[in-house]
Amino acid sequence: MSVARHSNVGSFAAHAILATYTVIALFPVIVIVVNSFKTRKAIFRSPLSPPDGETFSLIGYETVMAQGDFVLYFQNSLIVTVVALALVLLFGAMAAFALSEYRFRGNMLMGLYLALGIMIPIRLGTVAIMQMMVAAGLVPTLTALILVYTAQGLPLAIFILSEFMRTVSDDLKDAGRIDGLSEYRIFFRLVLPLVRPALATVAVFTMIPIWNDLWFPLLLASAEETKTVTLGAQVFIGQFVTNWNAVLAALSLAILPVLVLYIVFSRQLISGITAGAVK
Amino acid sequence: MGSLSLQAIHKSFGAVEVLKGIDLEVNNGEFVVFVGPSGCGKSTLLRIIAGLEDATSGAVRINDRDVTTVPPAKRGIAMVFQTYALYPHLTVRDNMGLGLKQAGTAKDEIADRVRTASDMLSLAEYLERRPAELSGGQRQRVAIGRAIVREPELFLFDEPLSNLDAALRVQTRLEIARLHREVAATTIYVTHDQVEAMTLADRIVVLHGGVIQQIGSPMQLYNSPQNQFVAGFIGSPKMNFIEAGAVGRNGVSTIGVRPEHITVDGKAGDLEGAVSHVEHLGADMNLYLDCADAGTLVVRMFGEHHFDIGAKLFARFDAGRALGFDADGQTVDFSWE
Ligand SMILES: Nc1ncnc2c1ncn2[C@@H]1O[C@H](COP(=O)(O)OP(=O)(O)O)[C@@H](O)[C@H]1O
Ligand SMILES: [Mg+2]
Repeated sequence: MSVARHSNVGSFAAHAILATYTVIALFPVIVIVVNSFKTRKAIFRSPLSPPDGETFSLIGYETVMAQGDFVLYFQNSLIVTVVALALVLLFGAMAAFALSEYRFRGNMLMGLYLALGIMIPIRLGTVAIMQMMVAAGLVPTLTALILVYTAQGLPLAIFILSEFMRTVSDDLKDAGRIDGLSEYRIFFRLVLPLVRPALATVAVFTMIPIWNDLWFPLLLASAEETKTVTLGAQVFIGQFVTNWNAVLAALSLAILPVLVLYIVFSRQLISGITAGAVK
Repeated sequence: MGSLSLQAIHKSFGAVEVLKGIDLEVNNGEFVVFVGPSGCGKSTLLRIIAGLEDATSGAVRINDRDVTTVPPAKRGIAMVFQTYALYPHLTVRDNMGLGLKQAGTAKDEIADRVRTASDMLSLAEYLERRPAELSGGQRQRVAIGRAIVREPELFLFDEPLSNLDAALRVQTRLEIARLHREVAATTIYVTHDQVEAMTLADRIVVLHGGVIQQIGSPMQLYNSPQNQFVAGFIGSPKMNFIEAGAVGRNGVSTIGVRPEHITVDGKAGDLEGAVSHVEHLGADMNLYLDCADAGTLVVRMFGEHHFDIGAKLFARFDAGRALGFDADGQTVDFSWE
């Protein structure tokens, strides 16, 4: 990127806009984390001030640890997120490869059909999903959640990945075929490594809604041993009294695993988002 | 080595018929070049030979074995692509060896063959590098090495020089010619560049509009093209085409004269024209003459001559070398005299 193209004023404006956006985006997160370390009184008296010697309190975290089985909830959330994510990436990438690589009758229609889910929220099908899961005896289990989230994540994954796979050189795949590689080897060894940035992008966009979801855990996994973190945190929100310390502490804790996964994917993510732009 | 036989190959993409019946026999050890303008189906034909694309109808035989339904890896072919198509995650050594490894060749044998090929192509010192650490020319040599290592019946090249700069292109062209002499393998080479075709080929196949226009040695195509397309495609600068009526000739529709078969004269000649542009190429030069009815003529001359723009000159045709074409573009008997 040439330096000369940017004037100082333009560069300043761009940074100002980005900084403003960052502040707006981070503000609620910071308020949650900061307040989770304060006493209940301090949360309400001055929600924006950081904890000091007087207002600092770990009562929220203590409550979370004492009440409910949060380690189990975390474990459930992680299992659901990681397994669903792995399934979305595997099946999404395979479907995308088929759509972008093979010419067959109905290829276009199949692509459109698979992409339809991007525009139609899966929650519209809640009643049918409930009936199906109950009939299959999967309520309440994590399997039910994993199946639903896999279905929810696939449309966007297929859409993004098939676009990226079209950019992988045909000659490279053909060279592999001449060297006797099977279609699976071509897919796993040649194509997947080249679309790794796209995989990371899809991973992040798939993972966050799953981790944060409350709707389906409430319906499909509300038993004590299948609760996820977001659902578990609900015990502190009562109809009449809400234990804000505990809610904020639980939410702060819930940020951590996503943050870790995000950092794992982020180096790939940046190149994934900009890949199309700088060509 | 191998022979190749194509029988009535047709290929359609949807409603578009790209190849309309290709018949061809290639002998053992022959170097055959497919040449034609971009989009005429050269790559498609090569991919059908390789088995990367299924023909809509027709048969491919390699060494008298019908391979129409045989997968690419089992056809005894090797292919070099325009974009090199090296495996980015493998070293040069593994890039070359992968095909043999897949075929279950013994490790020593693979190492041997990779060594021979890399010596042949002066790649020995790069064997442990990855493709990203090589220049364009080196990458193309690795791609060629990957083909040699497989000791195929048939080498297939798809515009292997198109991504190289001019100097490297000439050098690699020589290298391919030398390799062909050393390995003596049957080779099918696709290019849109008639210079590559002329310099490399034993026989040239000119493709256009999904059919073979003519098959012949480079000089056959140059001296006696069967139709106007071949006449215009082979040779640079391009052959001059003059409407016969405009110069008072009957019996043919168009007259073709190569730029190097025209001489100029200040006093008398076949056509009068004014100099509109001069190009000096060093050893030779191109002169553009605006002739009233006949249009612009290109004249190729050797050495260095000076002409003023606008000067009046006469063009004189080498009578025996002028060609006549009928209304369909087919070559017909014709003499300028
Ligand atoms: N996979 C394909 N689907 C549809 N059309 C194709 C496909 N491959 C090639 N074509 C068409 O076939 C024609 C010949 O292509 P190609 O063989 O690549 O030409 P060349 O190599 O001579 O430039 C082109 O018009 C191209 O658009
Ligand atoms: Mg081509």
